[in-house]
Order: sequence, then C-alpha cells, then structure tokens
Amino acid sequence: MSRIQVTCTINGDETEFLCDPDQSLLDALRDELLLTGAKEGCGTGDCGACSIIFDGKLNCSCLIFAPEAEGRTITTVEGLAIGSELHPLQQCFLEGAALQCGVCTPGFLIAAKALLDENPDPTETEVRYGLAGNLCRCTGYDKIVSSVLEAASQLRESA
Amino acid sequence: MTITEDAAKAEKALKYIGTRPVRPDGVDKVTGKARFAADLRLPGMLAGFVLRSPHAHARIVSVDTSAATGMPGVKAVITAADFPELDPGDPNHRNSNNLMARDKVLYEGHVVAAVAASTGREAKAAAEAIAIEYEVLPHVLTVDEAMAEGAPVLHADLITQNVEPEATEASNVSKRTLLERGDLEAGFAEADVVIERDFYTKPVHQGYIEPHAVVADSSPDEKSVVWCSSQGHFRVRSQTAGMLGWEPSQIKVLPAEIGGGFGGKTTIYLEPLAVKLSHMANRPVKLVMGRDEVFRATGPTPGTHIRVKLGARKDGTLVAGKAWLAYENGAFPGPWGMLGSWTIFAPYKIPNFLIEGYDVCVNKPVNIAYRAPSAPMAAFATETILDEIAVELGIDPLDLRLQNAAEEGDLTVQGPPYPRIGCKETLEAIRNHPHYSAPLGPNQGRGVATGYWFNIGEASSATVHITENGDAIVNTGSPDIGGSRASMALFAAEELGIHPDRIQSGVADTESVGFTDTSEGSRTTYATGWAVVEACRGLVTELRGRAAKMWGVEADEVEWADGEARHTKGDHEPLPLAQIAAEAKQTGGPLSSSASLNAQGAGPAFCTQVCDLEVDPETGLVTILRFTTAQDAGRAIHPSYVEGQMQGGVAQGIGWALNEEYIHDSKGVMENASFLDYRMPVASDLPMIDTVIVEVPNPIHPYGVRGVGEVGIVPPIPAIANAIHQAVGCRLNELPMSPPRVLAAITNGNGNGSGNGSG
Amino acid sequence: MMPRHGRKNHLVNYVAPTSVEEAVELLSSAADSRVLAGATDWIPQLRAGRPEPELLVDLKRIPRLLEIGRDGDGTWTIGAAAPAAAVVANEGLRAAFPGLTEASSLIGSDQIQNRASLGGNLCNASPAADTVPSMIVNEGRAVFTSSGGTRVVPVAEVVTGPGSTSLQPGEFLVELLFDSPPARTGDAYLRFIPRTEMDIAVVGAAARISVDENGVCTAATIALGAVAPTVVRVPAAEEALVGSPINDDTLASVESAASEACNPIDDKRGTIAFRRQVAGVLAKRAVLLAAQRAQQRDGGQA
Repeated sequence: MSRIQVTCTINGDETEFLCDPDQSLLDALRDELLLTGAKEGCGTGDCGACSIIFDGKLNCSCLIFAPEAEGRTITTVEGLAIGSELHPLQQCFLEGAALQCGVCTPGFLIAAKALLDENPDPTETEVRYGLAGNLCRCTGYDKIVSSVLEAASQLRESA
Repeated sequence: MTITEDAAKAEKALKYIGTRPVRPDGVDKVTGKARFAADLRLPGMLAGFVLRSPHAHARIVSVDTSAATGMPGVKAVITAADFPELDPGDPNHRNSNNLMARDKVLYEGHVVAAVAASTGREAKAAAEAIAIEYEVLPHVLTVDEAMAEGAPVLHADLITQNVEPEATEASNVSKRTLLERGDLEAGFAEADVVIERDFYTKPVHQGYIEPHAVVADSSPDEKSVVWCSSQGHFRVRSQTAGMLGWEPSQIKVLPAEIGGGFGGKTTIYLEPLAVKLSHMANRPVKLVMGRDEVFRATGPTPGTHIRVKLGARKDGTLVAGKAWLAYENGAFPGPWGMLGSWTIFAPYKIPNFLIEGYDVCVNKPVNIAYRAPSAPMAAFATETILDEIAVELGIDPLDLRLQNAAEEGDLTVQGPPYPRIGCKETLEAIRNHPHYSAPLGPNQGRGVATGYWFNIGEASSATVHITENGDAIVNTGSPDIGGSRASMALFAAEELGIHPDRIQSGVADTESVGFTDTSEGSRTTYATGWAVVEACRGLVTELRGRAAKMWGVEADEVEWADGEARHTKGDHEPLPLAQIAAEAKQTGGPLSSSASLNAQGAGPAFCTQVCDLEVDPETGLVTILRFTTAQDAGRAIHPSYVEGQMQGGVAQGIGWALNEEYIHDSKGVMENASFLDYRMPVASDLPMIDTVIVEVPNPIHPYGVRGVGEVGIVPPIPAIANAIHQAVGCRLNELPMSPPRVLAAITNGNGNGSGNGSG
Repeated sequence: MMPRHGRKNHLVNYVAPTSVEEAVELLSSAADSRVLAGATDWIPQLRAGRPEPELLVDLKRIPRLLEIGRDGDGTWTIGAAAPAAAVVANEGLRAAFPGLTEASSLIGSDQIQNRASLGGNLCNASPAADTVPSMIVNEGRAVFTSSGGTRVVPVAEVVTGPGSTSLQPGEFLVELLFDSPPARTGDAYLRFIPRTEMDIAVVGAAARISVDENGVCTAATIALGAVAPTVVRVPAAEEALVGSPINDDTLASVESAASEACNPIDDKRGTIAFRRQVAGVLAKRAVLLAAQRAQQRDGGQA
C-alpha cells in the first residue's frame, strides 16, 4: 500500500503527515499526529466524539478520509485554548460541571464552538438541536446546555 | 434545590463539603489532554484484532490458525488453547469461557481467537484467515423461550438451584430466589382491589461513549503492565490473573481515564487477551473495541418477563403482593433475577408477599450491571400497578405511595429492618414541588414513580501525603467515573481544614494504594470517601503529635481546626499545616497516612420523580416536556456532581423507556448494533431535568453520605408509562414504549378513553 | 465482521480531480472506482465490511459540483457534491423550495449536513433518503456524465431499488436541476423518526400543492419515502385533491390513499402497520402545510 502525504493546517500549525488512502482523518489525527483529543465513540458519525472544525465547518473526523485534508484548515479540541488561556466554553464547562466522564467533552466543545461561531445568541432549543449530533451518556445534557448558554453570554459580552 | 433535615443542619457547619469547586481533572478533560486507554501509544506497540462468532449458538468443531500465523506482520495468534482450562468451581471459570469460547460459542460476538500484528490491517487480515468450523445449534433468545419445555440448553451442567423438588436435569435456569412473608391468600382476601399484570422488557446497553480499550505490556518473565478503562482496576488485576493462571502480583494495572461505565465496566473483556498476546509477542499490544463489538459482546442489562399482583384496601393500604420475575442472564449465570427480587417491593410496607425470581441463560451477551441493575424493570411492574390502583381508588398516586412507604424500622423483603431512610421525604419533596400542580394541556399526561436501590459499601483504601510546603496529596484506588476526585478532595479539605485548591486528588494504580473494590453499587463517595476521612483523621492525629513535640506539650493539649494546630490552653500561637510540614523532618519524618476499610451499612437510596409528556395521538410519538427528580443523597458532597448523577440516571431511564432495545433477527444476530439504530437520547430529545437533593443523613457514615449514582434510573420508566396513561388512556406493559407500540395501543383501543385527549 | 483498523489488503487509491473532465477520465480508466461526495452513508458501510473499490474519486474539489445557483430562465442548479448545509443556507432555495430545504435540514446532525450532499442522498439509493421525495415532487432532473456523454434524467427514474440506481458504469452525477415553482405553489416535507434528530426516516412524506385564488387545488404531487423499495407517488391522493379545496374531506382522502399506496416492510426501524398509518398522517399534514405555503404566495414570485 502506498501512503499519501498530506499537508494541512492544524490548530494554526502547518502540518504534514502520511496516511493510508482509506484511513479516516480521525485515525490520522490520533495515530499519525498523536492528537488524541478527538475520540472514536462509534466510527459511523453517530456520536460526535470525533468532531473537528474542518475548513470552518463542523464535521465528524471519522467520516472524512485523511487525504481529503490536503490544504485544509483543521481545529481540534487541542486548538481551543490560546496558550494556557482556556476558551470561555472550556471555562464554562469546568465551572458548570458539564462533564462527568469527559470522553464526549472534546466533541461537545468543538460542536459548541461551531454553533456559537454561527449563532452567538442561541436559545436553549437551538443549543439542544445544535448539539444533537453529539452523544453524552453521563449528564442528561442539562449542564452541557446550561454551560454553552453561559459561554455564549460571556462571549457576547466580551465581543 | 436541596432539602436538608433539621438534624443535619444542627451539626457543626461544614466549610468545604457541599461547595462546588472545579474538579481536579477538569482542565485535562476540556483540553483533550486526559488520557483514555485508547489514547495510549507505546514504543513498538502492536495492534490487536479479535475474531468473534457469527452464530448465536454453535459447537466449535475445529479451529485452524495455521494460515494466520505466517501472514505478514503477525506476531501472535491466540485461541482458548492458550489459556488454562479452569475448573467449573473456579471463580474465573465463567469469565474465562466468556472472554474466549472453548467448546461452544454461546452468542453472536463471542470471542474465538485474537491476533496481534504490526498494523491493525494485518491483524484483521490474519484473523479472517483463521479457519473455524462450526456446528450451528438451535438457540434461545428470551426467558420465555429458554424456560419452555424442551428448550435448547446452553450449559449441559447447569442445574437450577433452590427449587423444590430439587432439580436433577440441566436447564437454562440457574437459580430461583424465593422471598416470602405473611399469609398471601389471607392478604389478597382482605383486598378490595386486586390487579395483576405481565410486563416485558428488552435488553438495553449501558451506552458509555468510550468503547472498551486496553494496552498491555508483558515481559517474558510473566509480568505485565496493563492500562485500561475500567470501574475497578483491582478487579481487572484479579480477573486477568485468574484467566491466565497467574498471580495478581504479576500484573500491575494503571487506571486510564474511563469514558463512562454505568456498571458495564465492572468486568473485563479484553485484558487477558492483550496480556497473552503481548506476552507471546514480547511487545506491547493495544486492543480497542468498535462500537458494534461493544453492543454485540459486552454486557447489556437483562431483558425480562415480570408478573406482579398487588392487592389494596379501599383506603389504599397495600395488603398483599405477589411477584414472579424471570431475568435473562445472557450466556452465563448471574444474579439479576435475585437483585430484581430484592428491589421489586422495597419502597413499600406490604405485610403479605411472595417473590419468586428466576435467573435464565439465553444466547445473548453476558449481562452485566447497569445502574441499579435489575431494579428499573421491577419498578416498571410495581409502580405501574400502583398507578392503576390509585386511579381505581381515586387516590392521588403520591398519597397512595406515602401511605404505604417504608420507613425506619420497617422490615426489608430480605428480613432486616430498614435503618433511617428517606423514601417518604422524596415523595413529599415531589408532592410539594410546583411541578406537581402545574397545568397540563391536551394530549399531555403526568406520571409519578418511586425507586429504590440498596447501595453497597465494600473495601476501599486511601492515602494522604503532605508535601514539604503543607499541601495534601490524596490518592485512592477508585477510578474517577464521574467526579470522584473532586469529592475526595472535599472530604480531605474538610478533615484537614485546608482549601480544596491545596489538595491534589488522584487515582492510584494497583501497586500504589491498598486494595480497593470496584466502583459499583454507588459505593465510591460512601466507602472510598470514608477511607479518605479515616486517612485524614489518622494524619490529623499525627499532626497534633508533631505540634505537641514542637511545643513540648502533651498531644491531648493540641486540637486541630481550620488547618492548624491549636493549643487548648492557649500557651502557644497556632501552628499552621505549612509550618508543621516544613519541620516534619525534625519532628519524626514525612507526613503521611493511609486507611483501608470494609465499609458496612451503606444507606439505601430512594428517589421519586414526576414526568410530564405529550403524546401525538396520530403517530404515537412521546415528547418529554418536564421532568423533576427528588433523591435522598444523605449528604451531597459536591452538589453539582450529585445533580449530574440524578440527571444522568433520568436521561438513561427516558431512553430505556422510549426507544432503546436490543433487536435480534431470527438467527440471533443483533440487528441494531450502532448508535444510529440503538437510539439513545440526544440533547434535543430532553428537557432540563430539575433536581431536588433531599438530605436524610445516613447515620452510619461520618458525613451522612448515601450513594447517589444509581437509583435515579429506577423511576423514569414507570413514571413515563403512567404519564402516557394519563395522556391517552393506554397502559403500556412492554418496553420500549416506542411510537409503533404507543400508536398500536391507541389504535387498538387498549386505551380506556380516560386520558387527557383533546376529545 | 467488525473490522477495526485494517480494511482491505489490495491497493486502494485516492484522487481528487478538480474538473468534471478529469473525473470522467479517471473513472473511465479504472474498472473498480467509486465517486465520493459526503460519503456519510458510504464510509460506515465500508467500516462494516463492504468491499472497497480500487480507486476513490473525491468530487469535492470540482467547483462546479459544489455550486448552487439560478440561471436567467429560473432554473435552479444544485451541484451534486454541495453539502446539505449549503442548500439549507441558500435563501433563494429556501424561499422557492421550503420543503426541499427542510428535507435537507433533516439529514443527520450538523456534522452530517456539512458533508452529506443531495447528490449522494439520491445516488446512495436508500428507500429512506430524506431529500428524494422532495426532489421528486419538485420535478427535479439529474445530470449524469461519463466518457459516453451527458444525459438528463428525471430524479424519479434514478433509483431502481434499495441500493441500486440507473447509473451506468463510469457515470456520475454532476448536478440536480429544478425549475422555479409555478405561482401559488408550495412544497413541504415531513418525516417521522422516534427521536428528534439522528434517526433514519421511518416514514417520509413530500407534497407540492398549487392552488388558485379561491384556494382550490390546481395541481398536487405527493411522494412517500421509507414505505416501499423506492419512493412512491400517491396518484389517488393527487386526483382527490385537484379541483377541490383543501379541507377535512380531501385531507381524509389523502390520508387513506397514502396509507393504501405504501408497500412497507417490518424492520428494526418500524412495522408495516405503523408505517402505513403514519404515512397517511404525514401525507395529510404535508399537504396541508404545502397548501398553506401555496396560499401565502400570490403568484409570480419565487
């Protein structure tokens, strides 16, 4: 099998990696680049734990072939904080106890960021539908939804 | 909202317990740094692949691995022949045969071989080259099939325990549980209303988002280091060693972060395979399940058939109850029918009862605990019939429950009396909540239900070290499955009198802390928290001694408060912890303390819930509109995570009630082994879930703690069933209450027309 | 079963042509190739063990296949690989075909909608595809191309059965065409799933209704998804509507005709009885919604 060389921008850094043609971008991020923040919960696009922002759009990295990343810009959970300064979503998740086991958390944070990038002032219902592609089995979503609404409010105030 | 008993309020004010600090592992978990087992990558690591049975029940005629062993990249191939054949009496016999089929495969997904190779691609290709000849056998999928006369039998040596006359022939029933009191016939004769119904439920999965994963690094001298996701790494050690025929000391287990368990990670699946493959290859090996493997081969909670008969007087007093419960156990025997029997009438005083529970093997994956295991199905039956009695007698359903609710001194079904419990308090909390009297619209209904879980104690260990600058490091043997590092830090903060920010709270591996039982039975905050309290108290004794030495006084003249030693006679300025720590070398050496205990007397947990929903009468679609849960926590250590447990239990209960189920085809192959078709609730399916933390302190625990992890999943199913009845007049007695079932009930006139329909 | 990391031993390759011509050439040169747009259905099938082709041809770098636009004579073009989210975000499309855009907004999660295309939804040939009934009621046409040339086929003739299409070897979908709807015409699509999101349609119903100034129905098209091997039209309901006002009587006829038109199966997602019953309910509701939209449009616009 011949491997494919891919050059893309990940969390602001130009990054090169080698991948199999049919490898998922999730596997490439995790296995080739050791960016293990995105998780595989299902491998079929049904749980959102592998969510990334791919050329500005929220995607499941398990449903992207790694070679598709050529020339693209990718944000993973590792790219949310700036240095040691947490993103307001991260801070609100911490303070709002929006995580229990934490395995779905990277996907939720990314999905929430994508949601707030497009809709800075969502209603509770919009948050719930906006996060419907992400499964959480621990929290019942209550504290996640509250934390996203709180982060939205903080982001609007600081905007 | 928190409702605390006056007695608890009167106790000395708590400084840290009951506050909501950010959890110690939180930053790692919001930045993607937290390391779950599948995130680990060791130098030279191989990828494993597990080969599984396509058949629900078959004899393994032959296994030929010769083609696989020579394939590119392949470093090790294992089958049952590579593990010792354990005696049927060995505690690991069942696990051994479940993790690697020996003579027969007993369910679709049962492991038959595993391969380690340089890449996952090579491992899979090699596994597929293993030639296995099966003789397919007839299978059974439900308790009714498995208990029928002439049913195919899974285990030729399984003789039913505890039946009269004594069983002599093999069957699929492993045991009967029998609990009785009073005179059943006389009890029912006293009743003015008697209702008997049958209830059916399907297996449902715990649904944790992280699939099982392990990395094992074994050495040729039969030692292995194992990183894995589990609810109890000491049990991983003992079970893995047991299957391999090794001693526990040969295996060191490092707890990776665990991505959800809910009972499903209280046992092992991959660990001995990874250790064995690694040992044979002399390289680290990683095994990770796919989601379909998680569904097909790891423990769902049982499907059931339950028949309950309850009798009550006109005034609502329950006089007699009879229950017949049959629980699937999956491919090997378990305790599930017994646990259902313990819980089915637990919240109520029923003077005359007979409870008969059966544990039944079927050709499905081995059932394992799922949050208050066995209780939700039992509550579905009892709580639905109670609602029917309330309607028939014209009594408010909460009043009916309050009238019959168990309290301190009432006998449990097993015999011993209840200690102080909060069953009534949770009922009252819901009755007094504004939710209970809010108006409802057309096609909307409101249902209530109460749940019980006994909770357990068991063995826990904790260590506390004081750093050279006077901060504390707390380690326990309990994995953090939902915020326990934060609770442990709060216990230590309260005992030591220092701010939680000054406490590092961690989870230690099997060689760095004393033996600790698995996190199950809502025991961690209760028992491991208690161990932390004991370790801190030991440390405080030591600190008082050191201060006494520094002052040249007797230790009993020193008291500890707010993080400092105080001289009771007032001759000396208080000595803060930092100062004692700084001089520790001079006063006797480093400061540390450990405690190990076997916690007895876990306080039973009760929970009452109210649910509002709306039914689309044309499609059967049920929308949950509002949900409130009131639960007795004894004492909430970190209220945010108590609420989280309550909300999480409700969400899982809603999923179970409405849509989740295992669907098998006629060959016993699971048809919906994906998150697409195994329908767990998504965010837009649920409303906010209101919580009322009721605090009726558990008298035996130093801080009054009761376990809070499980009972919240017990009431949602009957609360929803009862609300559907109020909305459209239909009684549903089969799960899930999915749209096809609800619509069929409406269309077929199962409804009695008494619902809140618009007509 | 249950593949994990490795999928296949033979050589698979990935290419991303940047023009239709290049794609045509690649596809005609490889015997075993497969075009790739969103692949949100196909990748899970691959992971579940479906054989891989030798060549993956990613269409998402061809600008024409990502375009959405309307030409001077009112014909709308949706590139075959344009993601559902782009369809939903297009205000002109939303105004002209609210039902079609709603159907697009129902495909999976936001994550899926940012990948999945209407072209893929059609060519994947699932009986439960959400956008296909809406494309059919809006008389969509599919533009296929290959080394043999280009042909335009009614969307209704593309899917021939579950997982099978009338596409020829080497042929791929370039774009979908829709004429602007006539005056006083509205469309709607409703879907039944047990959850609020993330499920495959158990039943889907699309309707396009035209009315005159008095609210009398002048044209009606009703198409049902997930209730037969391919999308089914409901001529009896259409006939019952045309020439009549939209009222309880005509809606009752629509409901019974739609239930009657179904040829569903029992499967893990629903029963025959349920699908029949709910198909009637959704058809009725979709007709009502489409008619309301038609009445709100005074003619001439969109």
